Amino acid sequence: MNNSVAKEKIVSLRKKRSLEDMRFKYYGFTAMCLSLAVLVFLLYTIFSKGYTAFQKTIVLLEVDYNQEVLKLTPDSSDEEMEKGKFFRVKKQAVENFFPDLSKSDIKLVKKLFSINVDNEIKDYFLDNPEVINTKQQIWVTAHSDVDQLLKGNSRRDVPEDRRKLNDIQLSYVDQLVEENRVKQVFNNFFFTKADSRHPEIAGVAGSFMGSLFTLFTVFILSFPIAIGASVYLEEFAPKNRITELIEVNISNLAAVPSIVFGLLGLGVLLNVFGLPRSTPLVGGSVLALMTLPTIIIACRASLKAVPPSIKEGALAVGATKTQAVFHHVVPLALPGTLTGTIIGLAQALGETAPLIMIGMIAFIPNIPTGLTEPSAALPVQIYLWVESAERGFQEKSAAAIMVILIFLFMMNAIAVFLRNRFERKW
Amino acid sequence: MFFWSLVLIAVGIFSSFIYGRSRIKLNSKKQGTKSKSLPTYYAQYVLMWCLFPALIVYFSWAIFQEKIIQNIVISNFEFIEGAVYNQGLLLAEIRNVANNPSFADGKSIEIINAASHYSSLRQISQISFYTSIIIIMLLGALYASQKLKPEFHAQHTIERYIQYILIFCSSVAIFTTIGIVFSLIFESLRFFAEVSIFEFLFSTEWYPFIPIREGQTAAEGSFGAVPIFAGTFLVMVVAMCVAVPLGLLTAIYLAEYASQRVRKTVKPLLEILAGIPTIVYGFFAFVSVAPFVKAFGQSIGIDASPTSALAAGMVMGVMIIPFISSLSDDVINSVPQSLREASLGIGANKAETIKKVILPAALPGIVGAFLLAISRAIGETMIVVVAAGTAPNLTGNPFENVTTVTVQIVVALIGDQEFDNPRTLSAFALGLVLFVITLFLNIIALQIVKRYRERYE
Repeated sequence: MNNSVAKEKIVSLRKKRSLEDMRFKYYGFTAMCLSLAVLVFLLYTIFSKGYTAFQKTIVLLEVDYNQEVLKLTPDSSDEEMEKGKFFRVKKQAVENFFPDLSKSDIKLVKKLFSINVDNEIKDYFLDNPEVINTKQQIWVTAHSDVDQLLKGNSRRDVPEDRRKLNDIQLSYVDQLVEENRVKQVFNNFFFTKADSRHPEIAGVAGSFMGSLFTLFTVFILSFPIAIGASVYLEEFAPKNRITELIEVNISNLAAVPSIVFGLLGLGVLLNVFGLPRSTPLVGGSVLALMTLPTIIIACRASLKAVPPSIKEGALAVGATKTQAVFHHVVPLALPGTLTGTIIGLAQALGETAPLIMIGMIAFIPNIPTGLTEPSAALPVQIYLWVESAERGFQEKSAAAIMVILIFLFMMNAIAVFLRNRFERKW
Repeated sequence: MFFWSLVLIAVGIFSSFIYGRSRIKLNSKKQGTKSKSLPTYYAQYVLMWCLFPALIVYFSWAIFQEKIIQNIVISNFEFIEGAVYNQGLLLAEIRNVANNPSFADGKSIEIINAASHYSSLRQISQISFYTSIIIIMLLGALYASQKLKPEFHAQHTIERYIQYILIFCSSVAIFTTIGIVFSLIFESLRFFAEVSIFEFLFSTEWYPFIPIREGQTAAEGSFGAVPIFAGTFLVMVVAMCVAVPLGLLTAIYLAEYASQRVRKTVKPLLEILAGIPTIVYGFFAFVSVAPFVKAFGQSIGIDASPTSALAAGMVMGVMIIPFISSLSDDVINSVPQSLREASLGIGANKAETIKKVILPAALPGIVGAFLLAISRAIGETMIVVVAAGTAPNLTGNPFENVTTVTVQIVVALIGDQEFDNPRTLSAFALGLVLFVITLFLNIIALQIVKRYRERYE
């Protein structure tokens, strides 16, 4: 074999090898980009499906507050006004919504309005009692089917029997659009109301409060216990089998599936201790046990980061070990432990399965006001809405996801802020 | 009720603190000696003797009050002969009437009687609750104040108590594990009393029969969990097929090729992916991926169901990517630099170094990461609840609908939970299997990673 052939071979081999090198690098690059692209696509999906939920459709309705129909007089007391026959006013208003409606048409027109319209007519009157015996133009909430149609979420080109609105109702909606009697405004219900069977008046206020109460319970339970446990393990624990057992236990608990904690809550907290079902108290306790390992690990890391010289200094001037730890080490580690706790709370906020197990999946149409009241939680609310067949709930679930993501983002921002602001580098 | 008792306890411990402080100052003045510890330790001593007994009373009341009252009410209830009662419903009815007198209309006389009995018992319980809290706090303070003498080493005692509290905090983790193991095993034993363990583990028929009327026995249902295990396995395999290449290659790129700036931006972004709640992934799978998989299946001539193992598995894989990539990243970074330099020194290029030197060296750690990821995938609930099916299906076709262990647990426990039928109890048996498998995977993985770390440290 002569020299030039060998050289050629080497050159071609080297070329092949460096090509291989390039290719491998681009595999890695592509994998990274794909992962990030999925993240972008995920966020895009949620935003594009959900932003419409922040708007609702309202319809202009002419209401005749006739005193005969209402069975009220201009000088009725507030109590009497509460009991006014507003449903009759509404019925009349619907009947006259379009000129010359037949009986079957009225039924169809009625379905264009939300179930909440009675309340809105009443509230308007209670706010302005002077409108008695006058005709008022009021903007009232449209039914979810109309809402979804105008937002373009449900299609009108499918056959009539597979549509929520039939052809006549579609023509009514078109007429309303033409006459400018319908518009879209900010959906305040989404932020002020709890869950409902009717998508147009369902909101996240109830589940948001439920989540807050649950997180409060988690914090109250897990923060002191985690600090106690990590101080003991880091500073006091003798090196023996029991300590080792505790440590192994904590690291294994961190990997137990969350649903198993739900079974624990169901089997022990509900069945043995008889705590009230579906309440933030039980949900928070289960999530506290679940997030405890995470928080303990973070707390131990921040305790470890405090230099031993500080403790030794305290010991040298005559402090006992307990004093040295609680007066000097723990305060310095506090920002780090808080950061760890907030990250644990963020984990607890997104957890769904354990809450389902302990019954926080029940339909709760009102906003909870305490720890022992049945309530929903944000992630469970999302689950309920995702599973719901009603079309109007899909945008709600995406919007609720936006709420929970913003909540999570804020918690993480606070954690980062605490870390940057208070954590000292030694 | 319990809120005001907390206020009561707070007032109690505050005053006990003040009392202890002034009392020890007084006592040492009287004796003309300095106390052995600072006054605040004596105060803390009194406070602890006030607080902990009160807390014990508080929690035992909170836990047992309702149960005891219910038992008394039921045992005194005038049952009418021949009528069939459902105890749960009966209690709910009694409670409703007691809490809201307007519900009493149209209720039978014995229910109204029981309701008034119930409310009177509640009243008694409340009064005795407050009195016993006050008494126990006074007794605690009294006992502690006996010891408030200057020669008493309050600080030593307090520090010992603090040790006990800390030990209690650390043992919560052990109690949790014991609680999990016992509740799972206890309920599973009840399940296996009705369904044979061999049928559960090896039979392929899963028709959990729900008794609709009383008298229908549950033995007619069959509880062979093999299709469920197979479904879990299938979803897990799909997830790993997505997560392993993407996660590992991302980790390699970040650890070996990427510049500092890229690492600094990409790592937090991947952490976002890891921090997204699983229900959000479920929504994503349901709304975007599942329809796509269905359309894709149709385009290549496979009849895909709207919820499929493929959709759930793919999204689960995405969820696991950051998990695998960050663990592998750590592992790759802990391969000693000298190995890299030696390989580059004899003329290997970067890809060859990674493939022939670094990956083999890091292999145990990477395998450990994969095992942890598998245990994650098996225990994941919300994605599969939303995007995989609920009907058991023994199949290897990822376009079909399958169900998983976690889905069956959720399905069994949603709605009415009657703890006397095997359908509900099956959730605990499945939970036990899940717990054992994930624990096993986790222990092995941690062992592997630990041994790997030791090799290079």
